[in-house]
Amino acid sequence: MDPFNVKLWRDLWRMRGQALAIILVIASGVATYVMALCTLESLKRAQAEYYEQYRFAEVFAHAKRAPQALEARIAAIPGIAQVQTRVVANVKVQMPGLTEPATAKLISAPEPLRSALNQLHVRKGRYLEPGARDEAIVSEGFAEVHGLAPGDRVQVIMNGRLRELVMVGIAVSPEFIYQIREGDILPDDRRFGVFWMNRDDLASAFDLDGAFNDVACTLMPGAAETEVLRQLDLLTQPYGGTGTVGRADQSSNKFVMNELQELRGMAVIVPTIFLGISAFLLHMVISRLIGLEREQIAALKAFGYTRYEVGWHYVKLVLLFVVLGSVLGTVVGAYFGELVSGLYRHFFRFVALRFYLDPRVVLSAVAVTAGAAIVGTLATVWRAAALPPAEAMRPEPPATFGPSVMERFGLQRLLPESVRMILRQLERRPVKSLLTCLGIALAIAALILGSFSLDAIDYAIDAQYVAAMREDLNVLFTEPSSNRALHSLERLRGVRLCEPFRAVAARIGHGHAERRVEILGLSAEAELHRLMDIDCHKVPLPAEGVVLSEKLGEVLGVQVGDQVQVEILEGQRPRVELPVVGLVNDFAGTAVYMRRDALNRLMREADVISGAFVAADAGALDELYGELKNAPRVAAVSIKGAAIQSFRETIAENILRMRSFIVLFAGVIAVGVVYNSASISLAERGRELATLRVIGFSRAEVSLLLLGELVLLTLAAIPVGMLLGYGLAGLVIRFSYDTELFRLPLVINRSTYGFAVAVTLAAALGSALAVRRMLDRLDLVAVLKTKE
Amino acid sequence: MMNADQREAASQPVFAAEREAVFQARAITKVYRMGEVEVHALRGVDLDLFAGELVVLLGPSGSGKSTLLNILGGLDVPTSGTVHYRDHDLSKFDDSALTRYRREHVGFVFQFYNLIPSLTARENVALITRIAEHPMKPDEALALVGLSERADHYPSQMSGGEQQRVAIARAIAKRPEVLLCDEPTGALDVQTGVLVLEAIRRINVEIGTTVAVITHNAVIADMADRVISLLDGHIASVRINSAKLSPKELAW
Repeated sequence: MDPFNVKLWRDLWRMRGQALAIILVIASGVATYVMALCTLESLKRAQAEYYEQYRFAEVFAHAKRAPQALEARIAAIPGIAQVQTRVVANVKVQMPGLTEPATAKLISAPEPLRSALNQLHVRKGRYLEPGARDEAIVSEGFAEVHGLAPGDRVQVIMNGRLRELVMVGIAVSPEFIYQIREGDILPDDRRFGVFWMNRDDLASAFDLDGAFNDVACTLMPGAAETEVLRQLDLLTQPYGGTGTVGRADQSSNKFVMNELQELRGMAVIVPTIFLGISAFLLHMVISRLIGLEREQIAALKAFGYTRYEVGWHYVKLVLLFVVLGSVLGTVVGAYFGELVSGLYRHFFRFVALRFYLDPRVVLSAVAVTAGAAIVGTLATVWRAAALPPAEAMRPEPPATFGPSVMERFGLQRLLPESVRMILRQLERRPVKSLLTCLGIALAIAALILGSFSLDAIDYAIDAQYVAAMREDLNVLFTEPSSNRALHSLERLRGVRLCEPFRAVAARIGHGHAERRVEILGLSAEAELHRLMDIDCHKVPLPAEGVVLSEKLGEVLGVQVGDQVQVEILEGQRPRVELPVVGLVNDFAGTAVYMRRDALNRLMREADVISGAFVAADAGALDELYGELKNAPRVAAVSIKGAAIQSFRETIAENILRMRSFIVLFAGVIAVGVVYNSASISLAERGRELATLRVIGFSRAEVSLLLLGELVLLTLAAIPVGMLLGYGLAGLVIRFSYDTELFRLPLVINRSTYGFAVAVTLAAALGSALAVRRMLDRLDLVAVLKTKE
Repeated sequence: MMNADQREAASQPVFAAEREAVFQARAITKVYRMGEVEVHALRGVDLDLFAGELVVLLGPSGSGKSTLLNILGGLDVPTSGTVHYRDHDLSKFDDSALTRYRREHVGFVFQFYNLIPSLTARENVALITRIAEHPMKPDEALALVGLSERADHYPSQMSGGEQQRVAIARAIAKRPEVLLCDEPTGALDVQTGVLVLEAIRRINVEIGTTVAVITHNAVIADMADRVISLLDGHIASVRINSAKLSPKELAW
């Protein structure tokens, strides 16, 4: 074996403690990167394959009742490739064991053909028998929560009549990867499900024989979607059309895309920062490690090795770290990635979500790490090789020491001898001290970055769903109703306060930007559902004009005082221009608010309401739910607390899991940095410290000299790390938690800072103890005998 | 300053007829900084070394002998003056030319051995033979210094003298034209020192390598063909040894 390679392996073995720390740091950076990016890639692939294989439609329209003959006219719209008309209805479901009212969306199932759109994938049981009545296929999420199995029966109120449906199968659909009730922000599998039935069965129940009320289409390649949507809107409008949506606005897809964007933040920004940090640390550690080999480098040069040959030798050593670290990181990252992908299976219903270990991701992680390591190595080898070998082999000249800043200020009498030595040592090598300090600070920042998002989510939920929205329930009527419906609601037992609202679908635009929104008309004196901004300040709702979510204002490019075009998509579909009279900095959705009376006037209708926000007595909830379940005019009830709880159980749970992995990696990075800094310091100053021991310093005193430096640097790193963590968290918020669906404030709890600092201090303490042990075993005579 | 006789002696071949100069150094000076101090290590030295001779550079510490040796060996460059190795002007060489020069022509032995601690004796030698053109086998070089049976030991398992002999084996394994030894016995006791010097003499006699040995120990000078004494950066005297002693005969 080439003696250089022999040296390589033996050096690796000799510095195995440090090598292990370095390899773990590399592995942590690579693992975070691989875990997050491969999970993202797996989700993207699962989504793309699912959409492709099960033929997810691209444009959708809903109407009240359109004759079947309209289908041919829709198919004739230029750019439309395939049309599938359907019957869709929202109904109430009676689930035994569930006190609260639940709703379901009934959809006529696509024909079991390869060419059908939005095909179902039956997980359990069977497809519907053609022509069979009272059969249904149930969505997987709903079935799981309620423990439904094929053959079970479920009671549904269809068009006012109670029917019992047999669940023949359990399925997933590309339309409901994320199963959410339209208009809701948070998913609630317990209280919302999707049932697919035979079309004739459904059509006869809802008096839609020979007609349809919903249509899904695919587009030809290169078709102009906006134009198709416009024409489809024109065709469906006379039949009670409520506007059209493209795939981008389809609720499940919108949430999946949003989650992917957020994950991209988690997956790209955080791990990239991690990888950057680990590369930086690697660079720092390697530089110092090779700095210690100065004499060996000089000797090799003296014997006629070129700097390239010497450089390559050390590059090989470092590449060994990189390879071992990358392999470990990839294995661990893939393992955690599998776990994280597994968690996604609970709230993204794909046919199959297979974890895909993307070689490009692994390669880029390895390239970044290897690049940083090689640059660090070569720079150091070059520096060592630039000295004439004779000079490099001489012991380094006594370093230039001077009184430290503290001493120059005349404070030396306050400082004991040892502290003065530590301060001078730090000041003599400011760059090294600074880099070590920065390394520890980065570890703190990584810990903060890995854990702050739950703080922000908690804050957002509190601010939006507790402080601003004080209602317990949101009751939606089957049809716009008069105040009499409100009064009957108020009379129900347990209802403390009722606040009516009017909600209408609309398109809102300014210039070229346009969004489909729901305009919420609220009372002037609203006390339950209040407009509040991010700082919990109440935002007034003027008598005229619209108040927009600040995010919507940003998307449309409007300020307070600008005019927006509003096209209502219900009733007579009026179009008007309205002034923007306020912006509210909120956390979720792109809400549009108006005064209810103004909205009623706009709709050219009387004092009409769509539903009500209800505050209820906690003790009487069950009874109230029972009443609402059976109230024929109540279409749906959203329960705020339940939705928040379900959110916490799914998404928050997922973030928490991801967070614990990231914290683990950040902890490893912290230990790696501190341990390496300390043990390299020991190697660099072994002779000096041994001399002190020989001339009579005690172990404790010598330890103090070495570890005191570490303590000072760690203490100095704490505020820097907190600031860095705050700044990087801001970056993550800016790039990933600022979407039209969700936004998070930059909130970091004290406990998160405390946690990051505690982990780092623990890492420092552990490293200090390890180095202290090495120090105790320092062979005094041997150190003094060999020339440095 | 040298007088005219000494100047002549410094460039006088011992075996006048047959030897050409391997090194010709003229008026070399060397100034370097050590911390905040400026050190004048050489203050104008003229020196010739001839093929096949064994020269001892004698002087107290700080006399400039190591600096001189380093300059001859291409480890350092003079601040002024010229150094010729055969037809090449070393003072004009850049780093890569010096590297090639060291690789092809020079063997070094240092006071502190500078062995690679993680390699065995044989591997330390092999590290050099792999970049030489016509090297000996590592075992052959180790046999020359009498260390065949220690080939698989690590530096930390060997005595100082053994380590130094490994360093010599390493230096001569590539069959260099010159062998430069900087205080080879400086860290060794007498008996061990004798073994090391014996190895050096053997290389000089059996292979015909030109050898320069630095020492502050005047006793060692008795084994040289010529003894050049340095003092304070100058050549103070040059003595031709008509009756060389073998290392074993040296009176310590």
